Amino acid sequence: MNFPAKALSLSVAAAVLMMACGKEEPPPPPPQAQTPPPAPQPVTVKIGHVGPLTGGIAHFGKDNENGVRLALDEANAAGIKIGGQPVKFEMVPEDDQADPKVGNTVAQKLVDAKVAGVVGHLNSGTSIPASSIYNGAGIPMISGASTNPALTEQGFKGVFRVVGRDDQQGPAIANYLLATAKPKTVAVIDDATAYGEGLANEVEKTLKAAGIKVLPREKGTDKTADWKAVLTKIKGKKPDAVFYGGMDATAGPLLKQARELKIGAVFSFGDGGCTDKMAELAGAAAEGLVCSQAGIPVQAAGKQFLEGYKAKFNMDPIIYSPFTYDAAKLLVAAMQKADSADPAKYLPALAAIDYNGATGNIQFDEKGDRKDAEMTIFTMKEGKITPLAIIKGGKSLTLDEYAALAAPAPAAEAAKPAEAAPAPAAPAQK
Amino acid sequence: MSRLKPAHWFGLALVAIALLALPLVLTQVGTAWVRIANFAILFVFLSLGLNIVVGMAGLLDLGYIAFYAVGAYTWALLASPHFNLHLPFWAILPLGALLAGMAGAILGAPTLRLRGDYLAIVTLGFGEIVRIFMNNLSAPFNITNGPKGITRIDGFGAGGVNFSTTDTLFGIAFTGPAKYYYVLLVLMLLVIVVNLRLQNSRIGRAWVAIREDEIAAKAAGINTRNIKLLAFAMGASFGGIAGGMFAAMQGFVSPESFVLHESIMVLAMVVLGGMGNVWGVIAGALLLSFVPEFLRYTVEPAQQAIFGRLLIEPEVLRMLIFGAALVLTMRFRPAGLWPESRHKREMGERRA
Amino acid sequence: MDILLQQIINGLTTGSVYAIVALGYTMVYGVIQLINFAHGEVVMIGAMVAFSVIMALVGMGLPLPPFVIVLGGVLAAVPVCMAIGYLLERVAYRPLRHAPRLAPLITAIGMSIILQHLALLVWGRDPRAFPQIMENASFAVGGAAISSVQIAIILLSVTMMAGLTWFVYRTRFGIAIRATAEDVRVAGLMGVDANRVIAATFTIGAALGAVAGVMYGTYYGIAHYTMGFILGLKAFSAAVLGGIGNLAGAMLGGILLGLVEALGAGYIGDMTDLCRWPVFGELLAERCAADGHVVLFGSNYQDVFAFLVLILVLVFRPSGLLGERVAERA
Repeated sequence: MNFPAKALSLSVAAAVLMMACGKEEPPPPPPQAQTPPPAPQPVTVKIGHVGPLTGGIAHFGKDNENGVRLALDEANAAGIKIGGQPVKFEMVPEDDQADPKVGNTVAQKLVDAKVAGVVGHLNSGTSIPASSIYNGAGIPMISGASTNPALTEQGFKGVFRVVGRDDQQGPAIANYLLATAKPKTVAVIDDATAYGEGLANEVEKTLKAAGIKVLPREKGTDKTADWKAVLTKIKGKKPDAVFYGGMDATAGPLLKQARELKIGAVFSFGDGGCTDKMAELAGAAAEGLVCSQAGIPVQAAGKQFLEGYKAKFNMDPIIYSPFTYDAAKLLVAAMQKADSADPAKYLPALAAIDYNGATGNIQFDEKGDRKDAEMTIFTMKEGKITPLAIIKGGKSLTLDEYAALAAPAPAAEAAKPAEAAPAPAAPAQK
Repeated sequence: MSRLKPAHWFGLALVAIALLALPLVLTQVGTAWVRIANFAILFVFLSLGLNIVVGMAGLLDLGYIAFYAVGAYTWALLASPHFNLHLPFWAILPLGALLAGMAGAILGAPTLRLRGDYLAIVTLGFGEIVRIFMNNLSAPFNITNGPKGITRIDGFGAGGVNFSTTDTLFGIAFTGPAKYYYVLLVLMLLVIVVNLRLQNSRIGRAWVAIREDEIAAKAAGINTRNIKLLAFAMGASFGGIAGGMFAAMQGFVSPESFVLHESIMVLAMVVLGGMGNVWGVIAGALLLSFVPEFLRYTVEPAQQAIFGRLLIEPEVLRMLIFGAALVLTMRFRPAGLWPESRHKREMGERRA
Repeated sequence: MDILLQQIINGLTTGSVYAIVALGYTMVYGVIQLINFAHGEVVMIGAMVAFSVIMALVGMGLPLPPFVIVLGGVLAAVPVCMAIGYLLERVAYRPLRHAPRLAPLITAIGMSIILQHLALLVWGRDPRAFPQIMENASFAVGGAAISSVQIAIILLSVTMMAGLTWFVYRTRFGIAIRATAEDVRVAGLMGVDANRVIAATFTIGAALGAVAGVMYGTYYGIAHYTMGFILGLKAFSAAVLGGIGNLAGAMLGGILLGLVEALGAGYIGDMTDLCRWPVFGELLAERCAADGHVVLFGSNYQDVFAFLVLILVLVFRPSGLLGERVAERA
C-alpha cells in the first residue's frame, strides 16, 4: 500500500518542479524586445542599471534610472562610433528591491545579458555583494549612490563610484559643526543600519580627532518613533551638538521630540536626513537643522543635465541622478577613448579617465573612488533644504564661488552632445 | 525500498536525470535562473527543517530564521577576512549545524513547557533578539561587524574545486551557481532522507504523539521534554546548514537577511504544503519560491499594460499571497494542499 | 533628578498606550484563551484612519478647535477598527474555534500580514506625519517637562480603563463576558450567547486599540504601516507581565513595561559602561582613556527589554504579576 501513494506524490512533485521550470523558460531575454531596430543596423551596446524600482525607496531608484536613460539617449543622439562602427546604447534596467538576495540574482541576469558595463546599485547593501559577481564576469560597475567605504575596499579592479564615501561625508559635516557650532560635547545617534552607523562612526572619528568629547553612542532602529528615553538621557549630559545618522523618517520625530524636551543643541544629519520632507516630519522644529549630502547639490549640477532631465521626464531630479548620469557618460567616454566596448579593453581607459560631467570633474583613485569628491552642507530655511557651502579639497566654498570655479570646464565639455532632447518619447517611459 | 516495481524505478530515474540536467538547461536560458533554483532548494531545505519542529512535533516556531542566521554567521565569521580565518567547509558546516542546534536547545529548554501560542510569541521574540544582537555586536567589541555585515566570505570549496568560478568538465561548462546547485541537491536529498526516516522512526512517532495529545503521549511513557528538545535542536541544525550554504553562495551576510518576514515565508511554505508531510512541504516550498519570480514577470508588465502604471508592487502582492495562503489553508485545507498520509499508511502497516 | 523624573514621565506615557493596547489582548484571551495576533495591526489602522481624517479636516480649513479635529479622527478610527476586529473574529477565529490550537494562530498571522500590506497599499510606504495642530504646551514639574499631550494621554487612559472596568464588572453584558470567560458551556446554558460575547470582546478590544493608535500617532507625530507589529508585541508582553486575562494586570503590565523601557534605555548604558567597573576598567584602561567609555549594552537593546521581560515572566511566573489563572500546560 505504501509505494503507489509515495510514487504518486513524487511524480506530482516532479511535475510541479517541471511545470515551474517550464513556466520560467519562455521569457529569457526580456529587455531586448522593446527597442525598434534603427535603419543602418548599428552595433548595440548594452549598459545595465540596477536600483530599487519597487519598495520604500523606489523613487530614488527611478531617479537614478532616469539619469542613465538620459545619458544614453544623449549618447545615441550624438551618433557615436566605436571601432569605426556606429553604436546604439541600450539600457537594461533591473530592480533589486534593495534586497541583497535579489540584487545578486539581477546582477547575474545582467551578466547573462552580456552588458558591457553596469551603473548601480543604489544601496551599499546590494552593491557590495553584487560587485563580486560583476568582478567575476569582468564587467565594470560604477555606483552613483553607494557611499559605504567597503564597496571599493575589496580590491576589485572594475568597481568604481562617482559619489563621495561615508568617510568623506562624515568628516565634512563634522568639520562644519566644529567650525560653526564650536561644540565641547557632542552626542552621536544612529539608526543601527549599515548606512546610519557607518556615517555616525565617521563623524565620531573626526570629532574625537579634534579633541571633542563624544557621548556613548545611542541607537534606535530604522523604524523608531519613540526617541524620548534616549533624548532624555542625552539631555542629562548637556551636549552642544547632536549628530544623527539615519533617514528622514526617523530623523524627523527625533528632532521634533528633542525640541519638545527643550534640548537646545544644534542638530545635524547626513544625507538621509537632508530632505525637504524633514520640514513636514519635524514641523517647525526642523528650521535651522544642518545636514550634508555627498556630492554637489542638485541645483549646482550641470545646466545641460538639469534642463535635459526636466525636458525628458517632466520633473526635477531628486538626488543621485546627476551621478548615475555621469556614470553612464563615463562608460561611454571610456569606450570611445579605448575605441572598444569590450570591458577588458576599455577598463584601463575608465580607470584613467579625466572627465568633466554634471557633477564636476571626475577622476578615479587607485581604489576606484572619486578623487577629491565634493560634499555639500545644507540648512533648513523656511521649510526648504538650502545649500550653505560646498566642501571641495578641504575648502568650504559658497554656491557662487563653486559655480565660478566650475564654470569654465563644463562649458567646454557641453559643446559635444547638443540638446536634442527627444520630447515625444518621454510620456511613454513614465 | 526493496519492493519498488520497475515502473517506479523508471520514474525515479527520470526524476534524477531531470534534476541533474536542470542547471545545464537553465544555464542556457540564463545563469540567473540557476541562482533562483538554488534559492528554491535552499528554501526546501529550510522548510524541511521547520517541518520537523512545526509539522512533526507541532511546536509553532516563529523565530526559525534565527537558526539560519546562526549558521550563516558561523560560516561568515570562520571563513572570511573579518577575523582572517579561512576554515574549510567540512569544519564549518557541521559546526554551524551544531551551534544552531545548541541555540535551538537553549531556546527550547525554558520555553517548551509553554503552550502553543505562548511558544509562538516567545520564539518570535527570540528570533528578533538574535537579529538585534547580530546587528549590535559591533560595539564595543566588533564581533559581527554590525549592520554593515560581513563581506568577501569564502565560497564553498572542496578538493581544489572553486565553487565561485566556471569550470569545464567533459566539454560542459559548469558555472559557479550550477556547481552550488549540485551541492545543494546533495544536501537536499540528505535532508529528505532524514525527514523520511524520521517520519517512520520511534522519534517521529513520538513527535506526532506529542502533537496530537501531549498528555496522552506522556502517559504512554514518552519523555516529552527531551523529545521536544530534540525536535527543536534537530530542526535548528538544518537551519544552521542552510544558513552556512547561504553565506557561501552570497559571499555576504548582514542582519537584514534574517528578518521576521523570512520566518513567516518558511512557515507559509510548510503550512501550505501540508504540515508533517515531506513531499507536501517540498511542493509548498517550491511553489512559494517561484511565486515571487513568477509575479515579477507577470504582474508588473500586466499592470503596466492595463493601468499604465504599477498599482500593486509584486513584493506587496507576494506578501498578500503569503498571508492569504496561511488564512485559506487553515480555513479550507488545514492539513495543507498535500496532506500527510500518515494515518492512512499506519493503518495499512498495521494490517500488513 | 530631573532627568529621572523626565524618564518616569516618558515611561508613564508610553506605558499608558501599551496598557490600552494590552487590554485588547487580555480581553480576547480571557474569553477564548487565544492570542489575537493581529491586534497590533488594528492599532496601526486606527492611527492611519485618524491621520487621514485629521488631514482632511485640517485641509478643509474650517475654524475648528484642535481638540475637535483630533476627536474627529478618533470618531472615525473607532468604528473602522471595530469593524476590523469583528471581521478578524469572523474570518480567523470563529470558523476555527474547534480546530487545533495552532490553526487560529496561523490564520491570525496571515490576517496580520494581509492587514499590514493592505495598509501599505492604502497609505503608502512612507511614514505619515501627523500635522502639528495642538500647540503642545509643556509644564515644568520639578525640573522635568510634561506636555499637554502627555497629560491628555495619561488622563484618557485612566478614564478608559476605569470605564472598561465598570463595564465588565457592573453591566449585564459585562457579567455575560465574565461568565463566558469562566466557562463557555455553562454560560451558554445560562442563556449567554457565546458568539455575541466573543465578537464583542474583539470589537471592544479593537475600539480601545483605535484610541491607542490615535494617541500614539499624536504623541510621536508619526504613523507607519509597520508600527503595529512591534507595538503589538510589546503590548502583548505587557499583558503577559501583568497576567493575561486579567484587566488590572494588563494596565499594571503596560505601565511597568513603559517604565522598564524608559529607565532601561536611560540608565543601562551607564550601568554597563565597563570603564566604571573595577576589573574591566583596568583591563581596558587604554580604551577608556581614549573614548571615555566602553558601553556594553546601550539603548540599541531597547527593543530587547520587552522580549526579555516576556521570556522571564513566562519561565518563572507564567501567571504574571496579578494572574489568578495559571497558564494551562498544553
